[in-house]
Amino acid sequence: MGKVAIIGVGQSRFVRNYPGSIRELAFEGFKEAITDAGITPQDIDASILCSAPEYDKQRSPSAVVAEYLGLNPQPTFYVESLCSSSSTGLRMAYAMVASGVHDVVAVIGLQKMSEISSAESQERMGRGADIQWESPFGTMMPAYYAMHAQAHMDKYGTTLEDLAMVRVKASTYGQINERAVFRKPVTQDMFTDPKNMMSGPVSSPLRVGDCCANADGTSCLIVASEERARSFCRKPVWILGVGAASASVNLTGRDTLYGLRAAEQAAKQAYAMAGLGPRDIDVAEVHDCFTIAELLAYEALGFVGPGGAKELIRSKETYKEGIIPVNVDGGLLSKGHPIGATGGSQVRTIVLQLRGEAGDIQVRDPQIGLVHNIGGVGIYGNVTILGNE
Amino acid sequence: MSEKKEDVRFGRFGTVSFTKTMRVNDFIDHLEKGKVMFTHCKTCGANFFPPRADCSGCLSSDMDWREVSGTGKLVSYSQLQYAPVGFEADVPYSIAMLDYGDFQIFGRFGNDLDPAEVKIGMPMATVANTLSNGQLNFVFNKA
Repeated sequence: MGKVAIIGVGQSRFVRNYPGSIRELAFEGFKEAITDAGITPQDIDASILCSAPEYDKQRSPSAVVAEYLGLNPQPTFYVESLCSSSSTGLRMAYAMVASGVHDVVAVIGLQKMSEISSAESQERMGRGADIQWESPFGTMMPAYYAMHAQAHMDKYGTTLEDLAMVRVKASTYGQINERAVFRKPVTQDMFTDPKNMMSGPVSSPLRVGDCCANADGTSCLIVASEERARSFCRKPVWILGVGAASASVNLTGRDTLYGLRAAEQAAKQAYAMAGLGPRDIDVAEVHDCFTIAELLAYEALGFVGPGGAKELIRSKETYKEGIIPVNVDGGLLSKGHPIGATGGSQVRTIVLQLRGEAGDIQVRDPQIGLVHNIGGVGIYGNVTILGNE
Repeated sequence: MSEKKEDVRFGRFGTVSFTKTMRVNDFIDHLEKGKVMFTHCKTCGANFFPPRADCSGCLSSDMDWREVSGTGKLVSYSQLQYAPVGFEADVPYSIAMLDYGDFQIFGRFGNDLDPAEVKIGMPMATVANTLSNGQLNFVFNKA
């Protein structure tokens, strides 16, 4: 199979209440990615739209988006794997290009979540679990991750302070990310101050500050064959490894709640394909939809052994200057989490890092980067490893 | 001409049910009689909770109902202080999972349980329950 590169990246500002429709939202990331790649819509052979359904009225959204972006008559596909939809889209694009079916594919992630209320949104997200046997008990995403947090705390002695440290780190970078929805500073004290919003209970042990916010946003990645990449692009970033796995939707099918097996398996696959290991990663983006999720990711990706995540955050080794910088764009906790756009946004951050174009959040000379993107509560796990020449 | 009546019994499961018709709808009749049941594959012997109509191991659909008995160990739990649409009146409530060895059960704590006395690993029993709106579910009580 041929080499496959990412030659253009784009992302809208992640906001509450985007003042436009989903096709107009898609345009923002697409235009930036096309401009970044130095190509035109006619250079694109196929598009993949990635989003989670039921947040807006449009059915089969790939068609309206392709039309609006001038991508007819090229084929367009719709991919969804909840919160990991756009890294799944990237995997599909990789397969299409590596197999020679298409040469240049646009992966467009988007979500406009603000057409419905936060409680309605929780209900829909809760239905991204087992609607027959779990949802009738009143489940929602924070509660499922809270069960993982409770189990991790019980098994490994992870504390509420450790969880808060993840949010404090995220806010360090969220404050300087102009595309982020949440840009205020967050301190440890806020989590223990009953008058502060951050300390408000959501689903024990998780507090408001442990949870990312809904947002409207889009991301776009332009994926190309080696030949096209070299002809179009001054600095292609290569896809070195793609890993993907699934786990039972119902938690009753999981052998542990203090880790996410789908993430562990996806990481193993991606490392094996790239011929690399955790120590080779210079910068990473992980799926911190909740503070606990970032700690679970450290362990799933092998940055530390089981139970070691708390030490990694306490020692600040996942800050920009640390051994393994993680989520130095503020993560989902700061950027917000427009479901279908998130994976592409993570990939964009890593591509800019590898090109040395990350500005204030640039890590020193990274050559290999990793993206960990999770759909649902560990139902889908995607790990992608990217590298320079 | 007689029309076959649609079997919508599963619509009675939980505070809000999202599905009505399942091939394991007999679960609801058992629940109404105070029994929480799992399915047992008569061909390969596998046990399933949640109950399944079809065995994922041997692909047989020849299943028996068996009653959940004894206690399971608490795997984890979380108390919700904020609820999705339709569950607002239930707050606060705790979702949880028990490990019975052969299978695990996902559900809720009984309303009378104080979360402060809850410890992961402690034995709990699964019991059938009728909710205030007349719906049926099951809850976990301290053994």
